[in-house]
Amino acid sequence: MARAATARAIRPAVRDTAHDGFLTHRNSRWLKIALGLMLFAVLVYALTDAEPRANGGSVAGYLLGTIGALLIVWLSSLGLRKRIVTRGPYSLKGWTSAHVWLGLSLIVVGTLHSGFQFGWNIHTLAWALMMVVILSGLYGIIVYARLPAQLSANRQETTQPQMLEAIRALDRQIDTAAQPLAAAETALVRLSLEKTSIGGNLWQRLSGNYAGDGNGRALAAIQAEVDGQRRAGRPDPALTQILFLLERKAAALAQARRHIGLRARLELWLYLHVPATFALLAALTAHVVSVFLYW
Amino acid sequence: MSEVFRIAIIGSGPAGLSAAAHAARLGLSHVLLEKTGHLSDTIYKYQKGKHVMATPSQLVLRAGGGLPFDAGKRETILGNWSEAAAALGVNVRHDAEVRAISGTGAPIAGSVQKIVTRKRDGSSETKELQRHAPPYRLQLADGAEILAETVILAIGTQGNPNLMACPGGDGRQVQYQLDDPQEYTDEHIFVIGGGDAGIENALGLAADAAQANIVSLVNRSAEFSTAKDANVKALLAARDAGRISILTGTTTRSIEPGWITLDTPDGEVRARCDRVIARMGSAPPRAFVEACGIEFTSNDRLAYPRLSPVFESTAPGIFVVGALAGYPLIKHCMNQGHDVVEFINGNRDLKPADEPILEAKFRGLAPAGRPDGLSVADWLEHLRGRVSILNGMSPLQMREFMLDSEVRAYRAGEIVFERNAPGSSLFGVVEGEVRVEVDPTNPAITVPLGAGTIFGEVGLISGRRRGATIRAGSDCILVEIARGAALKLMSAVPAAGREVTRITTTRSLQQIFKSGLTPDDLAAIIETAKVETIRAGQAIINEGEDGDDIFIIRSGSMVVEKSIGGKPVFLSYVPAGSYVGEMTVIDGGKRTATVRAAVKADVIRLEGARFRDLLAAKPDLLARLRADMATRTSLNSFIESKKDGFRGVVDMYTGVANFLVDQGLGEATDVLLIDEKLCVGCDNCEKACADSHDGLSRLDREAGRTYAHLHVPTSCRHCEHPHCMADCPPNAIHRGPTGEVYIDETCIGCGNCQRGCPYGVIRMDKLPPKKPWLLSWLLFGSGPGPGEPDKAWRYKHTPKGVEAPKKAIKCDMCAGQSGGPACVRACPTGAAIRVSPEQFLSVALLDRGAG
Repeated sequence: MARAATARAIRPAVRDTAHDGFLTHRNSRWLKIALGLMLFAVLVYALTDAEPRANGGSVAGYLLGTIGALLIVWLSSLGLRKRIVTRGPYSLKGWTSAHVWLGLSLIVVGTLHSGFQFGWNIHTLAWALMMVVILSGLYGIIVYARLPAQLSANRQETTQPQMLEAIRALDRQIDTAAQPLAAAETALVRLSLEKTSIGGNLWQRLSGNYAGDGNGRALAAIQAEVDGQRRAGRPDPALTQILFLLERKAAALAQARRHIGLRARLELWLYLHVPATFALLAALTAHVVSVFLYW
Repeated sequence: MSEVFRIAIIGSGPAGLSAAAHAARLGLSHVLLEKTGHLSDTIYKYQKGKHVMATPSQLVLRAGGGLPFDAGKRETILGNWSEAAAALGVNVRHDAEVRAISGTGAPIAGSVQKIVTRKRDGSSETKELQRHAPPYRLQLADGAEILAETVILAIGTQGNPNLMACPGGDGRQVQYQLDDPQEYTDEHIFVIGGGDAGIENALGLAADAAQANIVSLVNRSAEFSTAKDANVKALLAARDAGRISILTGTTTRSIEPGWITLDTPDGEVRARCDRVIARMGSAPPRAFVEACGIEFTSNDRLAYPRLSPVFESTAPGIFVVGALAGYPLIKHCMNQGHDVVEFINGNRDLKPADEPILEAKFRGLAPAGRPDGLSVADWLEHLRGRVSILNGMSPLQMREFMLDSEVRAYRAGEIVFERNAPGSSLFGVVEGEVRVEVDPTNPAITVPLGAGTIFGEVGLISGRRRGATIRAGSDCILVEIARGAALKLMSAVPAAGREVTRITTTRSLQQIFKSGLTPDDLAAIIETAKVETIRAGQAIINEGEDGDDIFIIRSGSMVVEKSIGGKPVFLSYVPAGSYVGEMTVIDGGKRTATVRAAVKADVIRLEGARFRDLLAAKPDLLARLRADMATRTSLNSFIESKKDGFRGVVDMYTGVANFLVDQGLGEATDVLLIDEKLCVGCDNCEKACADSHDGLSRLDREAGRTYAHLHVPTSCRHCEHPHCMADCPPNAIHRGPTGEVYIDETCIGCGNCQRGCPYGVIRMDKLPPKKPWLLSWLLFGSGPGPGEPDKAWRYKHTPKGVEAPKKAIKCDMCAGQSGGPACVRACPTGAAIRVSPEQFLSVALLDRGAG
């Protein structure tokens, strides 16, 4: 209890406060390494003279193949690294940076390893799957570079649960406001309340085209009715109130749908990238085993 | 008027009930007066099923009459107490609100209580009250009177609700509490008061349309400035949905059965009204207590009644215990209830229950010349006599103070704290001396501080890291006073407060200006130094004005702005511990920039003329100031030059800087920022946070404000003076060794910190059950996967019948994890960064605008 206790000036853990994205992490360190690796692969390919022609079975071919296979296995471990939160220093941003640039360098390493020998076999399947993975990843980089700013601008400081809650709140208000309406008009309002799916199906999410959804139809029909009443004289105030609420709901839906659409585009490519990676790992195994079995 | 009770106990909370139970067991004639219709109103009002904690755990329970108490559900505790009170035959009088207490004996010669009442316009009025000897007459609200020889005041600090002052305000349709909103149907109800309580009541009454209540909320001002943002939003939504009508800028004129008359901005309105629920805050009990002849230690808002070691107040025969005496925890209260009855019953030698805790603090220590050590009481007296700022304390205050403090022995040469170590405690030198290493480059240059003095006050006042390394100069004994206890001390003993301010001013001048200044050099300037409190947004220096005073920022922070092309441009951010205003002192002329407070700040104003004298005497100091000034001037001209070519960039810089200051960065030490140009919304930061902290995330990425794609998520800013720390009954919130503000395991789950945090970063939750291993999720899909498990999974996997308390959960900056904050480590794109405001509110921000 009473012994001396010293308040030490413990240095806070070293942390990355640099404000740069994963592409330029640490002065584009991994871009430089990847360029070096590609240069190395090209030099190996150009300077060795395999007989009868360049192929995966030559010394240079084995070298590039080993590098490529190890890279593929390591690159696929990002999924694991992302989910394991260890206590020591690491930077997932650094991992992503390396993943992106080394992954892109595989285009050169893998293709040169093949010696441009393509055919209908397991070996070319492995190459093709690798290209699918890399190209889907390239698309992912483009999406990651362009969409976050749009996502942020569309959000306008509301969170996704808040957007959904705002729509539910409008639904409750519409429900209350529709009580004095006649049956035919109530049927229209029910379109908005019962036949509106916020997210819609995948196609709607990606295209942003929700034509014909319940709220849109209800809005158009009630708009037409109010316009008609306006021409005839004074519109029914209960109906104009509904119209106002449906318009607000349309705006809220549009925001939520843009949000969901952007989220979908940010994630969708992974549904190709990751399964293709597993297929690639299987094909790669088959490729390696078969090469050694049928030497 | 019949019986004269031996003891009248006012308030049936833990302290009062314990006292009454003990009096009943001892067979003393007593009466327990409770304002409401049930015992222990404060605990009664806890939400249903709340888990009540029993801290501090090392303190033994000495409950009066053997009242049972252990951590458990609110219902169990209240049930046990009711049963025990009935079994002991406690004489309870319900619905007995005491309005006044006065002595009925002869006037006590020379015993006059001065009561100062301060009015809204700033003037004050002093009333004198002649104390009379016991027995005391207690006047109840219903007109009855009770006589008692001694009175135990255990009324807590909740106070009484502010009453409706308008005609008819005492009518039957007016109530000050809403227990169950579902109780009322088909009524016209007016809720008065736009604070959280009023809004929550109004929302509750209007929640179910089937109840068909017509609810109106009346607020005196035009805005709901005291209520939580979420509550105001919900209220406005309810208004838009037509469920509640809101009357702002409105006061009540009169109430009569069935009707209410209001003064609205558009004139008088009379409306149907079956019920008025008045939620206009509550008045602290101080006025009532003072009117009983009980003196407080100071006029400070935090002050407690002046008490003797046996809890007797300045009115002989009136004892004060419990939260009103400054002990907010249930266990303390119950122990005091027991002790005070023992004291009244003549057992004056009883040692308080915290004696073993204090004994442990002094174990193994011996002051010089007393190798056998001292008793606790002698130790307290020794400390009080030795350390100058403790001189004015009473023995009871010393005891309480010591519970939050530590006494330690240091060998010569041992380090007490290092420069840049975090810490906000105050140290007093009891014996020996310490040496301050004033020069970071040369530890040989030291300044000695002898017995009786204090140090560490800069950390206490500014909330920043320690400014110098302190080493024991000889073998010495030091007392370390925790920040809370030090603040209490400064408010309880005004002389101590003044002394600390004077020392802080001198030392912060020495520390800021260095240049070998001695206290003697500074004596003249300190004489004219004034400490001023500046509210957020207020300017201390205005561009273009005359003036040559220098300001030292003691706490809070400032921003410097300059008007360029008619628009204010953000120049720099000035944290506590810096100075501003030196340019006109050195170069003359008018002020060249505006300095305003980013958050509420304390500054020391030094007179320019005196400062110039000092500069004339100290050429070193002048050189130093000139060097600082050159840096500042070059920054100004850099930004001005940018302004010509890159107007947009500078506007953006100013916009972002002002936005961040508005988001509380002015009082932050470390804040999480998200660049939404990079954030893909994967929520890996939240998942990493949950996975590295028992499965609960301490940050909400999506919530929070955004400006120019820079997002400040809902996550702890580790404020310099944390709002959460202000009112923590078990003192469970501390600042850790890397500057993080964290909550330790003694949290009782009261939620004060959550309510106190203006940024909404504290959540109250139970720890979720342990998740299966990650690989078994990856391979077999068992468990909820990375991140915080969802409610359904938690519910399903929580063992049934085990009571788990909700505790306060907040960011601890991943202290103890060598990798630093997990949210930053786990961000795949580099969107999340954690920075200090000085790091970020700098020219680096200009580059961001450009990039």
